[in-house]
Amino acid sequence: MAIWLTKDSRIIVQGMTGSEGSKHTRRMLASGAQVVGGVNARKAGTVHEGLPVFGSVAEAMSVTGADVSVVFVPPAFTKDAVKEAVDARIPLCVVITEGVPVHDTAEFWAYAVAAGGVTRVIGPNCPGIASPGASNAGIIPADITSPGRVGLVSKSGTLTYQLMYELRDLGFSTAVGIGGDPVIGTTHIDALAAFEADPETDAIVMIGEIGGDAEERAAAFIERSVSKPVVAYVAGFTAPEGKTMGHAGAIVSGSAGTAQAKKEALEKVGVRVGKTPSETGRLLRELLEQGKR
Amino acid sequence: MDLYEYQAKELFAAHGVPVLAGRVATTPAEAREIATELGVPVVIKAQVKVGGRGKAGGVKVAPGPASAEEIAEQILGMDIKGHTTNSVLVETAQVVSEEYYLAFLLNRAERTFLTMCSAAGGMDIEEVAATRPDDLVRLPIDPNVGVDIETARKLVTDAKLPAQVVEAAAETVVRLWQVFVKEDATLVEVNPLAATQDGRIIALDGKVTLDDSADFRHPEHERFVDVAAEDPLEARAKEKGLNYVKLDGSVGIIGNGAGLVMSTLDVVAYAGEGFAGSPRPANFLDIGGGASAEVMANGLEIILSDPSVRSVFVNVFGGITACDAVADGVVSAFRLLEGRGEAVSRPLVVRLDGNNAELGRRILAEAALPGVELVDTMDDAARRAAELAAVGV
Repeated sequence: MAIWLTKDSRIIVQGMTGSEGSKHTRRMLASGAQVVGGVNARKAGTVHEGLPVFGSVAEAMSVTGADVSVVFVPPAFTKDAVKEAVDARIPLCVVITEGVPVHDTAEFWAYAVAAGGVTRVIGPNCPGIASPGASNAGIIPADITSPGRVGLVSKSGTLTYQLMYELRDLGFSTAVGIGGDPVIGTTHIDALAAFEADPETDAIVMIGEIGGDAEERAAAFIERSVSKPVVAYVAGFTAPEGKTMGHAGAIVSGSAGTAQAKKEALEKVGVRVGKTPSETGRLLRELLEQGKR
Repeated sequence: MDLYEYQAKELFAAHGVPVLAGRVATTPAEAREIATELGVPVVIKAQVKVGGRGKAGGVKVAPGPASAEEIAEQILGMDIKGHTTNSVLVETAQVVSEEYYLAFLLNRAERTFLTMCSAAGGMDIEEVAATRPDDLVRLPIDPNVGVDIETARKLVTDAKLPAQVVEAAAETVVRLWQVFVKEDATLVEVNPLAATQDGRIIALDGKVTLDDSADFRHPEHERFVDVAAEDPLEARAKEKGLNYVKLDGSVGIIGNGAGLVMSTLDVVAYAGEGFAGSPRPANFLDIGGGASAEVMANGLEIILSDPSVRSVFVNVFGGITACDAVADGVVSAFRLLEGRGEAVSRPLVVRLDGNNAELGRRILAEAALPGVELVDTMDDAARRAAELAAVGV
């Protein structure tokens, strides 16, 4: 079953005719995902990568029955692209674009919430979501792992790939890259809740990074609401302190945002935290062998 | 990008936020000139991107041009918490009767914006937040609604600003919101926001962080970049479009993807603990998903021009870019650097994993590049790179 993305998902690509959009449309198709069309108002009615190009998300949805959109449009146009997807009430919108201004993300996120939260937004600046063997929406390389019963949620793209590869023999139900921008749509907590509810996921790997307090909040959520085994990895223990100005951010998060603080918060609620990606993989294997948290 | 106070105030003034008359000076003579122009007592303020400069002696009043020059002489070059003072703001001295606090910022957890206001400004706001939380009003802002004059009035009233300044303060709050939105800032903080005896409101200080991702729609922000303060290697890397941060260790790091590189720094630092001199990472360098030969060559060139680098760890996970392409990149990078007369002179430990890793390793093995070692896992490779950088090897 996996979470949010299944073999029945029908994917459209916003920005399919661009170079990144074209390349990854081909890759998604090659991995067996059902990509059913693209959106580009200026090229509506043409065919690209063997797929129809539509003038709008709404039109693409009504013709193809699409329920997932992957966004590759440049940063300057991302906000409008996501708002268009929200207006069309598509259930899942995966924003791959890197370098989207924070104000734009905050705006389209608020827009999606105001529209009733019909559209789940993942990203921006993320590798997307893959349910190995079923579907793939984004740029996660499909062939580095296999289908299985581990769920993964991560702020980082290449660390996602690293862990998917290290645990390729176990395999994954779904891997979600939520992106590391200051403001993102789907959070660690959203993914943890979905994996907890997914009967095809037995254990969860969570990958975090310095900055913000998403990991600390995830820890609190795990304590309350997650019964499945969770292992975590946090990158950035030795990263130099960023040049922060003022203390306003630290007041809001209630945390310094350091890797150490995140590790401690997670360990306090019983989550085992690996020192390196490979140790994290080992910890998960141990947990699964023990069959207990 | 974090702005200096004088830059923040330039933006404030452009959006109609009241600030004091003044200008930035980089020499004592300039400070004297500005003080003469202003013709009144002035305050000389060290321009550093760090808090606590007042306590460090970086803010002083000068009654006239001569003392302005003298004080600027003292403050310029001053070290404030590791930051060298290269410029001072010379500003009209102003007697104020009250000091408030105002900030607009990102609330990451709520995925939206937040404003904070307090009548207890002028001091460490973290302390106010910790000891008198009720005195710091927090109000979430919907990005699609923004801050209008009524919201601003409610904010400053809730923060217990006195009735006679509510209107002026509210107007300033709206203008500061304009700074936050129109300039694509992720932080606008004014501490203190001061009231004068006659009820005027003035932004006495200003901290602004601009969102680098929005640079494409603010070409005018480029003037705020402090080229002189940039690390020369970082500046060169930036010119080449590389995401490079200079650190103080001796193991050069190249990887793909910010998370993996950050993780590499950690793994190298842990591994270094076991060797003489505890080698640590010399830099952060993310060559991104592509990792073409040219990017690899540019990256290696930057890293090798850092004299403190004793070994280099290339840590690549082949995802989108398969490892054979990365290996080809390393080989071509060596040729390119040889061609530029900058042959690779320090040992290189390469770890390739993921797509086509076998093929990639074979390409590197066959190329038999001088000083290049292939190691299978990230942990072992980090250990080897640290060993090669260890003191006395």
